[in-house]
Amino acid sequence: MEGRMLVAAGSLTIVSIFLIFGALLIHPFGVPNAYKMDQYIIDHTQNESGANNGVTAVVFDYRGFDTLGEATVLFTAVAGVILVFRRVKKE
Amino acid sequence: MIANIPFLAVMAMIIIGLATVVFKRNLIKMVIGVSIIESGVNLFLITLGYREHSVAPIYTASPGGIMSYPVPQALTLTSIVIGVAVLALMLSLVIYIYRHYKTLDIRKLGGGEE
Amino acid sequence: MMSKIVKTIAGISFPFITIYGLYVIAHGHLTPGGGFQGGAIVASGLILLLVAYGTDWIIEKIKESHLSILESLGALGFIGVAFLGLIFGGMFFTNFIAGTSMLFGGIPTSTAANINTGGTLPLMNFAVGLKVIAGLFAIVLVMAYAISKEEGE
Repeated sequence: MEGRMLVAAGSLTIVSIFLIFGALLIHPFGVPNAYKMDQYIIDHTQNESGANNGVTAVVFDYRGFDTLGEATVLFTAVAGVILVFRRVKKE
Repeated sequence: MIANIPFLAVMAMIIIGLATVVFKRNLIKMVIGVSIIESGVNLFLITLGYREHSVAPIYTASPGGIMSYPVPQALTLTSIVIGVAVLALMLSLVIYIYRHYKTLDIRKLGGGEE
Repeated sequence: MMSKIVKTIAGISFPFITIYGLYVIAHGHLTPGGGFQGGAIVASGLILLLVAYGTDWIIEKIKESHLSILESLGALGFIGVAFLGLIFGGMFFTNFIAGTSMLFGGIPTSTAANINTGGTLPLMNFAVGLKVIAGLFAIVLVMAYAISKEEGE
């Protein structure tokens, strides 16, 4: 058990070093790099989708397939929870 | 480097979650660790889309000025709902494991001794 | 089963929580919020009733199969609106109502709020809100019912 704990601690240290260097080497806070798509959505969301809320316009209009997958995930979770507990209920 | 403190906070949150998952022996505490990792990832997505001195991308009663990016916020919404679904499924599996083995200690699961 | 004080307060505050959640769903295209957030608010109001009045009282009122039917209706409405975009607009998820004279077809001015805008977004918000209400409440109801039945044995 001690050896396993040592291996876990070593891997956690390596992953932590990668994460911290990633946080230091990423772009400065408040100055994102890629902007054209987001700026297009901000400029055109009122004319194209007719919504004042940019986030809702992205969720339901520009990236509708994303929301479709998300709804599928929620449906699958409900089905899984009911499946896990139904077997116990019939005993 | 001093401008990257929000990213460092996010990474600290993810590392805390990973350490919880790796070192704790209780299944409930491991589920809490996974939930902390999800919170760190949500915070990372929000931090990526922020612009300096920007307001939320909502035009209703907006004070004007530049707006932060809407796509990372929409992805965060997706991530939160998926986190809820995964949390519900994990907790139901933990309840099922507790019924079967009468314990939550992962060292005693599986029936055999190490 | 909680005490009488908790039951009374839950019964008083449940309509307000529900109305607020429905407001967040209906104004999803104007103010912060939307189908997911408002659905979570309404579902937490229902879970408050579940905690206060006990599982047996709730399970007499509504079964989880009914909730599954409601959730499927929400998902079918969402996909149905998307397929209407395929029929009328040419592409899946096309916002075919925005810019026309139909209901929800207006275009908002710069900062003023107008409920009659958004195209297909309010319809999708209602469908997703129904789906999230039924889904989250079904998850908690099934887990609480299984645990309470195990303790009763």
